[in-house]
Amino acid sequence: MIEIKDLHKSYKMGSNSLHVLKGINFSVKEGELVAIMGSSGSGKSTLLNILGMLDEADSGTYFLDNVPIKGLNETKAAKYRNKFLGFVFQSFNLINYKTALENVALPLYYQRKNRKERAEKAMDYLSKVGLAEWATHLPSELSGGQKQRVAIARALAADPKVLLADEPTGALDSKTSYEVMDIIQTINDEGKTILVVTHEPDIADMCKRIVHLKDGVIVEDKPVKQIRASQYV
Amino acid sequence: MKFIFERDTWQEIYGAIRKNKIRTIITVIGVTWGVFLFVFLLGMAKGLDNSFRSQFNDFATNTMFLWGQQTSIPNKGFKRGRRMQLTLDDVQALESKVEDIEYIAPRNVTGQWGTPPGQFVKGSKSGAFKIFGDYPTIDKVSKKKIFDGGRFINEEDIKYERKVCVIGEDIYKQFYDKDEEAVGGYVRINGIYFKVIGVYKPTQTGFEGDDSIFLPFTTFQTIFNQGKNISWMVITAKADKNIVNTEATIKSTLKRMHNVHPDDTQAFGSFNLGEEVAKVNGFLSGMRLITYIVGIATLIAGVIAIGNVLLITVKERTREIGVRRALGATPAEVRGQIMLESILLTFVAGLLGFIFGTLLLWGISTIVGDNNDIPILNPTVDFLAVGGALLSIVLLGTLIGLIPAQKAVSIRPIEALREE
Ligand SMILES: Nc1ncnc2c1ncn2[C@@H]1O[C@H](COP(=O)(O)OP(=O)(O)OP(=O)(O)O)[C@@H](O)[C@H]1O
Ligand SMILES: [Mg+2]
Repeated sequence: MIEIKDLHKSYKMGSNSLHVLKGINFSVKEGELVAIMGSSGSGKSTLLNILGMLDEADSGTYFLDNVPIKGLNETKAAKYRNKFLGFVFQSFNLINYKTALENVALPLYYQRKNRKERAEKAMDYLSKVGLAEWATHLPSELSGGQKQRVAIARALAADPKVLLADEPTGALDSKTSYEVMDIIQTINDEGKTILVVTHEPDIADMCKRIVHLKDGVIVEDKPVKQIRASQYV
Repeated sequence: MKFIFERDTWQEIYGAIRKNKIRTIITVIGVTWGVFLFVFLLGMAKGLDNSFRSQFNDFATNTMFLWGQQTSIPNKGFKRGRRMQLTLDDVQALESKVEDIEYIAPRNVTGQWGTPPGQFVKGSKSGAFKIFGDYPTIDKVSKKKIFDGGRFINEEDIKYERKVCVIGEDIYKQFYDKDEEAVGGYVRINGIYFKVIGVYKPTQTGFEGDDSIFLPFTTFQTIFNQGKNISWMVITAKADKNIVNTEATIKSTLKRMHNVHPDDTQAFGSFNLGEEVAKVNGFLSGMRLITYIVGIATLIAGVIAIGNVLLITVKERTREIGVRRALGATPAEVRGQIMLESILLTFVAGLLGFIFGTLLLWGISTIVGDNNDIPILNPTVDFLAVGGALLSIVLLGTLIGLIPAQKAVSIRPIEALREE
């Protein structure tokens, strides 16, 4: 599903440049649930952004579902993001003047789906994350955990090939974190490929594979025995 | 461009606008005020214009009056102070010599400028009124309304020196009972019997008023023993001629005929409406120009305010825009949305301003009505001007919207989403 080879990325800061990713080789198969770990500043978000086509690598190759991702203009990148990728952010990033349902329906809007289909699908995904009754509520009326579940529903709405989550539990307490992970595991069980950036070892242990990043390279890449989140919920 | 016609696009815009109620209202006020002012001023200018025009209504505006005075420069052995008396010969000479003339009508009057008024008697009542001796042509220059059943002086009256008269509405009111028929009846003027052929009402303010009596020129000539003398003449230039130039030609022609020094400005007096109309027109165009300047300046200020607020809003909405782009909004869609917001705001604001302005004009029009003391008549706005204004607002809104739209697109989604 994801194939990257010798990926490099550096940021220019005035006269000097900061080499963040120093040759990443990494592949993810369909249906995997991968945790990306590493200390702060190790380049986790940078990697995820490149995978998410929000940023571009300086060198190296990236194939997503056998499609080469290179030199895309913004319009093309937007279309690819919409079609292939779902994003979950640490700070939820819901649109505050839209209801839960409208937020979930937004990717479908950019897919030019008609109103009825949008509403139906969005409702399906909201039910999936257990928030059907909250459909008409604004984000400000939801708890952090609920917001993140709406965000997950939104990421899933366009039925992407890969779900990219950058510290999805970073702003949540442990109980809510487990609820969110429970949902992520359920989605993964249904076959969705998911990458989760996290600092927390217990969250990482709920994935199926852990990739460790340090100083811009992968220092460890091991499968783990998945701990089910449902037992803590 | 298809997205403009989709309900969803507007729903998105509505959502964004509704979210920022206060800023929406504040921005809208700027443009609303601009258009309101524009419509109001334009309407008032039009009202003034209409009012002035109604004063000159039916009056051939390229018309002049000409009369004799006294010379101020000695010439060819004549002393200065020589009295100039215009006669029918002058009229004939001018008619044949000056091509610019469309109509020329000599007039005589008594009861004006120190001459005694005529004595009007009907039955047992009598009164003193101004009496004019006129040709039918005069009606072409200064139109009078003749009440039903009557007529103005015609060529036959002139030819046969008929003893007929047209009397003013005011005289009719003083001498006749309500519903009494005046036309066909007889009255006495300076002891001579005249048949009344019409009752007139002036359609514009003039010195004839509505209490004068008109006789055929020839009849007047005989009764008052005028010989060929005339009091003054009224001349209308051809439509494509400038009355001011015509006036100069006529005067120099007369000066040659009467041995008056070419530089003598006193020998003949004249007055033309061309100059007056030009003055009023100048004033009105000035008003219109000011209206346009003020209106357009206010509009531009309003539209710039909208652009400014949208720019601020784009900054506030950086993250939202980033999210949208992460979810698949293309730059064109982001740009389109911001621009449509700008256009919609300016258009709605403009429309509101137009509605308020029109309502106010309508209110003024209703209150003022036909009141002649206030020089405002039917203050309306030209729909073409308003349509043009609205169109240019939308255009301005589009242009100004480009700035925030470009700003929104220039924000890279990754930067927009970066955690603080
Ligand atoms: N746009 C940028 N310009 C300059 N430097 C940047 C930029 N984005 C990231 N960096 C730098 O790159 C390095 C890696 O950043 P990154 O956000 O990928 O780290 P991270 O592993 O996600 O850290 P954290 O766990 O704190 O989120 C950091 O040193 C950061 O300061
Ligand atoms: Mg990070």
